[in-house]
Amino acid sequence: MNTDSNENYNKRLESSVFDPLNHTSKGYYGFLLVLLAIIAWGGFAYITQLRYGLIVTGLNEVTLWGVYIVNFIFFIGISYAGTLVSAVLRLTGAGWRTPITRMAEVIAVVGVMIGGLMPVIDLGRPDRISNLLVFGRLESPLVWDIIAITTYLIACLIYLYLPLIPDLAIMRDNLEGRFSPGRRKFYTFLAAGWENTPEQKRSLEKGMRIMSIIIIPIAIFVHTVVAYIFAMTLRPGWNSTIYGPYFVFGAVFSGIAAILIVMAIFRKIFHLEEFITERHFRNLSYLLMTLLFFYAYFTFSEYLTIGYKVEVAEKELLTQLMIGKSAGWFWSFIIGGLLVPAFLIVFRKLRVIPRVVAASVFVIVGMWIKRFVIVLGTLQVPLMPFEFGVYKPTWVEISVSLAALAGFTLLFALFPKIFPIISVWEVSEEEHHEQPTPVDIPAKNIPRIFGRFKRGVKKNVL
Amino acid sequence: MKKDLSRRDFLKMSGGVVGAAIITSSLFTALNRFKTRGPTYQSTGKSLSRWCMIIDLRKCQGLLRCTQACINLHFVPKPQKWIEVYKPETAKGGRYFMPTPCFHCENAPCVKVCPVKATYHNEEGLVLVDHDRCIGCRQCMAACPYQRRFFNWGTPKLPPEGVFAKYSPDFPVPAKKGTVIKCIMCSHLLKEGKLPGCVRGCPNGVIYLGDYNKDMASNSQEVVQLSKFLNDNHAYRYKEEMGTQPRVWYLPGHGESFGGIYAQGPKGLKSLVWPESGV
Repeated sequence: MNTDSNENYNKRLESSVFDPLNHTSKGYYGFLLVLLAIIAWGGFAYITQLRYGLIVTGLNEVTLWGVYIVNFIFFIGISYAGTLVSAVLRLTGAGWRTPITRMAEVIAVVGVMIGGLMPVIDLGRPDRISNLLVFGRLESPLVWDIIAITTYLIACLIYLYLPLIPDLAIMRDNLEGRFSPGRRKFYTFLAAGWENTPEQKRSLEKGMRIMSIIIIPIAIFVHTVVAYIFAMTLRPGWNSTIYGPYFVFGAVFSGIAAILIVMAIFRKIFHLEEFITERHFRNLSYLLMTLLFFYAYFTFSEYLTIGYKVEVAEKELLTQLMIGKSAGWFWSFIIGGLLVPAFLIVFRKLRVIPRVVAASVFVIVGMWIKRFVIVLGTLQVPLMPFEFGVYKPTWVEISVSLAALAGFTLLFALFPKIFPIISVWEVSEEEHHEQPTPVDIPAKNIPRIFGRFKRGVKKNVL
Repeated sequence: MKKDLSRRDFLKMSGGVVGAAIITSSLFTALNRFKTRGPTYQSTGKSLSRWCMIIDLRKCQGLLRCTQACINLHFVPKPQKWIEVYKPETAKGGRYFMPTPCFHCENAPCVKVCPVKATYHNEEGLVLVDHDRCIGCRQCMAACPYQRRFFNWGTPKLPPEGVFAKYSPDFPVPAKKGTVIKCIMCSHLLKEGKLPGCVRGCPNGVIYLGDYNKDMASNSQEVVQLSKFLNDNHAYRYKEEMGTQPRVWYLPGHGESFGGIYAQGPKGLKSLVWPESGV
């Protein structure tokens, strides 16, 4: 009886996941068109920048980095939680993870691809990028970044690919007639002769376990060296010892928010309500809350230690952030990026999904602002006896940034058209294990701070 | 016993060796940084020059002639000021003039962070930029605690003689779009045995060019013994505590030679003129 329902579950899962592969609505094409238009406009802006130089941006000698670098930290940060959530949940054997790991892994790959592009766009001489390979110096934080990001990208691709293999085999075998021969060849090639033999399974599991272990230090390394680009300078604010871990936690924080948003969107579009449930949102929201506390703690620690001593340049930085011209940015991060999401996560009267997704949107936007504050706040502080720097992004920078966002979305929109967005075999395996219906955290174990649990949870138990 | 290496073992081993080599080499480079040289104004006894600069703030009147001379000499693109005259405050609210070229730090943060070794110390200790190699990442500008580096955001406007000049890192003309540029302490003139443009451009003899190895300095009006001159006049270096070891020394003052210049605006040259005509 149980297996029967399981089979139906799997069938429904397969149809939900595999159907989008060759059924495409008009709206989807329209959406792609819009995205492509934005990207094309961004491309035009970038060509303008190539032609006239960075003079078309709002950058100047004082504020020498701008939204490109902000976007760089932002996208790499989003990418980060993809791996971390997927790897940590896999290692700890959290059964509820299976429907969301694939999405997390895609976020990782797409985020790092778009993020890694941003510093290249920021270069004054992109034509000389090969100099980095020819003359690269290991002492430079930028070279650490290049090494870390390329390693990370490769690791993410492997980590995305390994759990895809059995699904690709399913597509090769079971979905005959649905794909053109060329496309089938493509899947056959990628499935790498997967026959689901015990031996193959063993090596796959082993490979996945190894990858989920190595990818964690790689990911930490990546975001630490992103922070080191700043922390290796003698500037107020950046000249900080906690920047590495501060960035790492910020990355996971914003990344989890990104996963939540992506989950909600895919759930809606592909009707995955049965597979991605409120439980996933609730569990991830606890994770988000934990990271929020961490990030708030780091922020507090960072600003208290510099504010207590009021060293001259750092005092100027703090004044600028707290009450000066960056105060709007700073406080909108504190309120919009920390307080409001915290309230939304704790306030259990509203329905889980809209509440948590709203919190995530606040977090994502708040964290972009925080990165802006980190980069521009420090750069605007005068190092010599002169006026504060002024930075206003121009249309070129805004267009390129929007194009980056569109590119991120585009890759995301394309992925479920080519590959299954849910790891079908992992989910069905999880079901076959006949575990007691995995109720997330028993209500009595939910700490009181998450609200009046009795009323809140009873309704939501699956 | 079988001694054959399997391919797997070989790969493992060579990977380990390469990894170890990378780690040790980077450790050595890192450790080298801490081998700081003793008092920097002592001679190393080599025949090469080791340049430095002394700026006597007692004599600076804020004429901006140094900046203008520099612009004229190198066709400095607008609005860069490779030597800029800042106006810091004195203790009681007045202001004094402080000409600020690149400090050519011995422990230069900009040289450390450059990913492609486009900025480097030449053998005479000057920090130069190879504009044919610079990728324009601006990491060095972020690293410089003195804001002495500039960027050619667009195509610099140059008069014909600038456009057709022969480029070298010692004489970065014509300036190249998308690269970082800065004061070179007139390396091209030093090679010909001449004093830098700002030194010669200053009618008050504020700026001295010094040589640690020969222990002498000159402002084109007088020649002094460098070590004694620095000691006797309580020379200091700007933001010394940052450990960058600048090669530019300041002699404290606020324009005493002109009766002090509290709160007075610059005299003489009011506005700078940059090369405007493009080709």
